[in-house]
Amino acid sequence: MINSLFLINPSGEMFLEKHWKSVVSRSVCDYFLEAKEKALEPEDVPPVIHTPHHYLISIYRDKLFFLSVIQTEVPPLFVIEFLHRVAEMIQDYFGECSETVVKDHMVMVYELLEEMLDNGFPLATESNVLKEMIRPPTILRSVVNTLTGTSNVGDTLLTGQLSTIPWRRAGVRYTNNEAYFDVVEEIDAILDQSGTTVFAEIQGVVEACVKLSGMPDLTLSFMNPRLLDDVSFHPCVRYKLWESERVLSFIPPDGNFTLMTYHVNAQNLVAIPVYVKQSISFFECGSDGRLDVTVGPKQTMGKTVEGVMVTVHLPKTILSINLTATQGSYTYDNGTKLLVWDIGKLNPQKLPNLRGSLSLQAGAPKPEENPSLNIDLKIQQLAISGLKVNRLDMFGEKYKPFKGVKYITKAGKFQVRT
Amino acid sequence: ISQQRGNVTMKFLREQVTSICPGMTSVLSPCDVTTATSHCVCVCVMSYCWCVTVLYWVCDPQMIARGKNASDLFPAVVKNVACKNIEVKKLVYVYLVRYAEEQQDLALLSISTFQRGLKDPNQLIRASALRVLSSIRVTIIVPIMMLAIKEAASDMSPYVRKTAAHAIPKLYSLDPEQKDCLIEVIEKLLADKTTLVAGSVVMAFEEVCPERIDLIHKNYRKLCNLLIDVEEWGQVVIINMLTRYARTQFLNPNMNEDKEEKEKKKTEATAIVKRKPYVMDPDHRLLLRNTKPLLQSRNAAVVMAVAQLYFHLAPKAEVGVIAKALVRLMRSHSEVQYVVLQNVATMSIKRRGMFEPYLKSFYIRSTDPTQIKVLKLEVLTNLANETNISTILREFQTYIKSNDKDFVAATIQAIGRCATNIGEVRDTCLNGLVQLLSNRDELVVAESVVVIKKLLQMQPEQHSDIIKHMAKLTDNIQVPMARASILWLIGEYCEHVPKIAPDVLRKMAKTFTNEEDIVKLQIINLAAKLYLTNSKQTKLLTQYVLNLAKYDQNYDIRDRARFIRQLIVPTDKSGALSKYAKKLFLALKPAPVLESPFKDRDHFQLGSLSHLLNAKAGGYQVLPDWPEAAPDPSVRNVEVKESVQTYPLHPPASDTASGSESGSGSEESGSGSESEESNEESESASEEDEEEEGKKKKKNVEKIKTIIPSGNLKTYELLHRITGEGLSVEYCFSRQPFSPDPHMVAVKIQFTNSATSEAKSLHVEDAKLQSGMRIKEFPEIEVLPAGETVSVVMGIDFCDSTQAANFQLCTHTRKFFVSIQPPVGELMMPIFMTENEFKKEQGQLMGMNEITEKLTLEEKCQGEHAVVQRVTTAANLSRVPCGSDKECRFAGKTVTSGSLVLVSVVTKEDGAAQLTVNCEKMVIGTMLVKDILQALTQ
Repeated sequence: MINSLFLINPSGEMFLEKHWKSVVSRSVCDYFLEAKEKALEPEDVPPVIHTPHHYLISIYRDKLFFLSVIQTEVPPLFVIEFLHRVAEMIQDYFGECSETVVKDHMVMVYELLEEMLDNGFPLATESNVLKEMIRPPTILRSVVNTLTGTSNVGDTLLTGQLSTIPWRRAGVRYTNNEAYFDVVEEIDAILDQSGTTVFAEIQGVVEACVKLSGMPDLTLSFMNPRLLDDVSFHPCVRYKLWESERVLSFIPPDGNFTLMTYHVNAQNLVAIPVYVKQSISFFECGSDGRLDVTVGPKQTMGKTVEGVMVTVHLPKTILSINLTATQGSYTYDNGTKLLVWDIGKLNPQKLPNLRGSLSLQAGAPKPEENPSLNIDLKIQQLAISGLKVNRLDMFGEKYKPFKGVKYITKAGKFQVRT
Repeated sequence: ISQQRGNVTMKFLREQVTSICPGMTSVLSPCDVTTATSHCVCVCVMSYCWCVTVLYWVCDPQMIARGKNASDLFPAVVKNVACKNIEVKKLVYVYLVRYAEEQQDLALLSISTFQRGLKDPNQLIRASALRVLSSIRVTIIVPIMMLAIKEAASDMSPYVRKTAAHAIPKLYSLDPEQKDCLIEVIEKLLADKTTLVAGSVVMAFEEVCPERIDLIHKNYRKLCNLLIDVEEWGQVVIINMLTRYARTQFLNPNMNEDKEEKEKKKTEATAIVKRKPYVMDPDHRLLLRNTKPLLQSRNAAVVMAVAQLYFHLAPKAEVGVIAKALVRLMRSHSEVQYVVLQNVATMSIKRRGMFEPYLKSFYIRSTDPTQIKVLKLEVLTNLANETNISTILREFQTYIKSNDKDFVAATIQAIGRCATNIGEVRDTCLNGLVQLLSNRDELVVAESVVVIKKLLQMQPEQHSDIIKHMAKLTDNIQVPMARASILWLIGEYCEHVPKIAPDVLRKMAKTFTNEEDIVKLQIINLAAKLYLTNSKQTKLLTQYVLNLAKYDQNYDIRDRARFIRQLIVPTDKSGALSKYAKKLFLALKPAPVLESPFKDRDHFQLGSLSHLLNAKAGGYQVLPDWPEAAPDPSVRNVEVKESVQTYPLHPPASDTASGSESGSGSEESGSGSESEESNEESESASEEDEEEEGKKKKKNVEKIKTIIPSGNLKTYELLHRITGEGLSVEYCFSRQPFSPDPHMVAVKIQFTNSATSEAKSLHVEDAKLQSGMRIKEFPEIEVLPAGETVSVVMGIDFCDSTQAANFQLCTHTRKFFVSIQPPVGELMMPIFMTENEFKKEQGQLMGMNEITEKLTLEEKCQGEHAVVQRVTTAANLSRVPCGSDKECRFAGKTVTSGSLVLVSVVTKEDGAAQLTVNCEKMVIGTMLVKDILQALTQ
C-alpha cells in the first residue's frame, strides 16, 4: 500500500521523509517537482502522477504538500483520505499544521507516523487511540520531561485499540462534565449578475466537544430531522437507530470530533442572507474602468450579519486601483491581484459601499470577463435551514453534565458572478 | 544501565551530537549535564538524546543529503533494544527497521530480544515484537518469522492475530517462496470472527493470493455481517475484494435488460427468446444490504468503495442510491473531488439518469482548480439531454468568458459534443460558436474553428456562409491546427464556395514556405481538390504549390507532393488510379463522432488507481465478467447457526462477547509467565515449550467460544408439533436490542411447518395482557410452505415482571392460545461500566436493595470462565472489568424501567462463594438471586 511519505514545502524542499517498506530514493520526487513547476497554482498540481516505477499521490494542505509513494494498485481515495488524516493529526497535536511545527516536533511526528501505518496499511488513525500512545505536548510536560528525562510515550499500556469502542479511550475522568455541540451551516451559492440564484444549497456539520467521564451513551434528537436530506456520520453513531427513529445515538470519543455532516433537502428554498449590487466596467478606449459594489442584508431572520468580506481576483492586466470604502477597509495585493474588502458588521440603515477606479496596463486589451465576487459572512445564533436540536439525553452514567448547543451560519462557496 | 553504557560519557555524547547535528544542542541545553547530580537520570537522558539524535538522522532528509549516513551508528544503537524506557525502545525500533537491510549481520544481534518479546505475557508487547521482527528485511530470519507468524495466528489476543495478518505481506515480499505456508495462515485467519482481524487478513489475502477466491466461500457471509463494525480502512479493502468475489459467484442482475438491448440492435424478430426469470441469490442481496449503510461513512474511500460495488453489482433500479453520497463527496477537499469526479464521469455515461437530479452540483466556480473544472465540464456534457440542454448551454456561456483559457477551450469542445449528441440544438450551438470566431483571444477562436469543422461535416449544405466567414479568418488566425481545419473545410466543400476557394489557395501559396507542417499538408490537399473540381482557375497554382512542396525540408510533405502529383496530373505514365482521383479525394466522409474520453473506462474497477490512470497499474486484479451460469451457491453454507436478520450493529450487542474475551486475556498471561523463565535456556528447549504453549492456547480458545452467550441461546417451545397440527413454534430471547422500541424484549420466534400442506397468514391476535404490558407483533407471514422454517422477531414489553404474555397465534384455519413467560434474566440488557462506577453504584444500592447469598460452587463450575459463562447464560448482563481474579462482576439494567442490576460473585477457597445482587427492584433482585444460585450450583 503506502510505501513512503514525503513532506514538501512550497519551494520544493523536502523536510521529512518516512518509509514503511524498503527505502525509496528521494529522486522519485523529481517527477512531482516537475509537475509542480508546470502548474500555475499549487492547487493545480495533479493529485495522481504516474512515474515509470511508482505512482505519486499528493495532497496540498496548509501550504504543504503531502506526497505518498505507491508501488501497486490501491484505491487513490484511500491514500488521499489517509494523507488528510495525517494533516489533521498534526493539527490536532500541535495546534497548527505548518513546516515549522513539523520541524520543531520532528521526533514526535515521526513516532506518530510509525504508529499510524504498519507496512503501509493504516493501523491506528483514531485520535483518541494515538493520544493514549503518544501524549500531545504541553508546555508543562515538556519542561518536566527535559528535567526528569521521562518522555511523551505513554508508559501505561493502552487498551484503546483492544476495546470494542476503538474511538474512545477508557478511564476518562473530568471534574466538570460537559457536552457542547456546534451546529455550523454553510451556504454554497452561485448568484448571477442580476442577483438571481443559479444554485444554492446548505451544507451543515455538527461539531462536538464532549468531555464526559466514564462511558456515556448519548442520544441527540432534532426538532425537525426530516429537513436533513443526506447525512454522514462519525463511526460512533448507530446507523440503524437513525434509520428507524431519526435520532443520533452514540458513545462519543473523548474531546473534539465531527459528529455528523448533513445536506439540507434541496427542495427547501435556501434563504440568501445578503444581496450584492455591483457594477464593474472597463472602457473600451482609454485604459481604465470603474468598480462599484454595495452589500446589503436580505433574508437574515432578524439577526445581524457579521464578518462580511468580499474577495475579488482582479484581472491580470490591472495596473493599479483607487477605491474608497464607506465602511471597513480594503487591501489589495498587486502581485496576486487579490482585492479583499473587509466590511465587518452589516448595518441595514447605512449600506457599505466600495467604489472607485481601476486602471489597466497601457495598451492591454479590455478584460473579457468581469471578475466574480466571493462573499464571506457569519451569522451567530442562527442555523439558516431552521434545524433545531431538541434534546440531549445521557444514559450509562449518573452525573448531570453541562449541555449546550450553538448555531452558526457561514458562507461556504458563495460566489456572485458579474 | 550504567554498565551497559559505561564507556559513553555525557561529554563524549555532547561532542558527538554537536558534530553530527549542530541544531541538536538545543535539545541538550535545558538540562546542563554537568549539574545533573543523579547519575541515573543522566544516563537516562543520555540514551534518550542519543536516540533522538539518531532519529533526526533517520528522518531528516537534509542530513542524509549532506552525506551523513546514520547506519554507521548501527551497533551503538542496536544495543539499546533491551532498554526499559519505552520511548527509547520505540526509537530504536524505528531505527532498526530503517537500517537493518543495510546492516544485516548486526541486525541479527537484536533478534533474540524480539523472540523473547513474542512470549511476553502482555499481548501488546507480543504484538509489537512481532511487528518489528517482521519488518526487519533480512532474508536469514525468514524461518524465524514464519514460525512467529504461525504462532501468533493462533494467539489468544485478537490484537496479536491482527499483527500476524499484517506480518504476512511483509514476509511474502521478502520471500515469495513462502507463499504456500502463508496461504495456510491466511486461511486460518480468514475464519477469525473478530472485527479487529477481518480487515487486515483480507488485505493480506489481496497481496498474497488474490486468485484463491475459493478461500472466501466459507467466510463470505461472516464478512458481510461483520463489515459495519470493521474499522474504516479494513472496510475499503473488504468491499473491493467482495466486489470481485460477487462478480465470479452470482448472476448479472441486469442480465435480461442488457440482453434486450443487444437483441434490439441485432434483429427484432428474435427478441422474444426464452428469457430466464432472474432471481437474485440471497447472498448477493446480503452484500448489497449490508454495504448500503456505509454510504453514510465519513471516510470518502469507504463511500467510494460502496459506490463502485453498487455500480458493478446492483440491479439497475437500485444503483441510484449512490448518487447522493457521491455528490456529497464533492464538498470535500479538491483531491477527493478530483478522484470522485473521474468516477462520476465514467458512471454518468452508462447511467445518466442517476446524476440528473444533481446537475447543479456540477456547476463550475471560478475558484475551482482547472483540473476540477474540466472534469465537471465532462460530467455536465455527459448529463446533457433534450430537456436540460438549454440550462446547460446558458451555463456554458458564462464559462466561455472565463480568464482560464484552457478551461474555455474545454468548454468549446463540450459545446461541440452537446451539439453532435443532441440534434435540436445543433444550430444554436453553431451560431454561438461562430460568434466566438470574432473573439479577441486566438486560442478561443482556434478551438472554435476545430469544433465548427466537426459540426459542419454533419450538414455542410446549409452552412456555406459560415464557411465563407471562416475563409476570411485565414488572414488572422495563426494557430496551425485552426488554419489546417479551415483549409480542410474549404477544400472539402469547395463546391459550396466556388469563388472563394481559389482565392484562399492563392493566398496560401504565397505563405506556403512559412507555414507549419500540418498546414502545408492541408494546402497541398486543398490544391489537389481544387485542381480536380476547378482546374481551369487553379491548375497553375497547384503546380506551383506542388513544386514548392517537392523541395520542402520535411519528407512527409515531399512524399505527399509526389504522390498527389502522380494521382491528379494526367501523364502518359500515370496508371489506372488517376481515373479515380476524384473519387479518392472527394469521397463522402463520415462525420466524426465526438466521444467522451471516459467511454468504456468502466472495464476497470471503479475507484481503482488503474481506472484513474486508464492504464493497468501493477497488482491490479481484473474485475471478471459475470458468469453465464451461477456456480454452486452451497459452497458458502456454514454449519454454524447464524443469527437471523439482526446482526450486531454497534457496541451494545457485541459487548458481552468481547468483554469476556479481554477478561480471559489476563488469565492467559498467567500461564505465559511460566515459560518466560525458561527462555534463557537452549533453543531446542524453548521450541518444545512453544508446542506446549500452543496446546494450552488451543484449549483456551475452545473455552472462550463457549462463553459467548449468543451461541447457545436457550429455546423454549411455544407450540408443539402435535397440538399445532404439524406447525411447531419455538421461541428464544435473542438478546438483541429490539430496534422499534428499546423498552421491549426481543423474542425470536421460529415457525417450522412439518405438515404436508402449506400454512397461510400466520399472525398474532387478541393479546390478553396484564396492565401496562405491550406487544409489538411480527409482520404477518403470508405463506409458509410445507417443510420450511422461518424466523421472525417480535417485541414484548413485560413491564419488568415475569408475568406471562398471553396471546393467540392464528393461521388461516386455526387459532392457538399460547403464552410466553420470560425468565427474570431476560428482562434486562447489558450496560457498560468501569470498575469504579460499579463500586459507586453498588454503594448507592445498599440495604433493602442488596441481597447476599452464600453458596458452594458446583465442581465443574470452579474457575472464572465457568462462572462468567453460567451467569451470562442465566441473565443478560455484561461483564464489568475487575482488578481481582477472585471476583466477577456483571452489570445490566432492566429493559422497561432501566433500573440498574448489579451482580458480583466472589469466589473463595474450596468452591465456596458469595453472590451479591444489587437492584432497585427488589422482586427482580430476589428472583435473579434464585436463578443465578441455581445456575452456579447445579
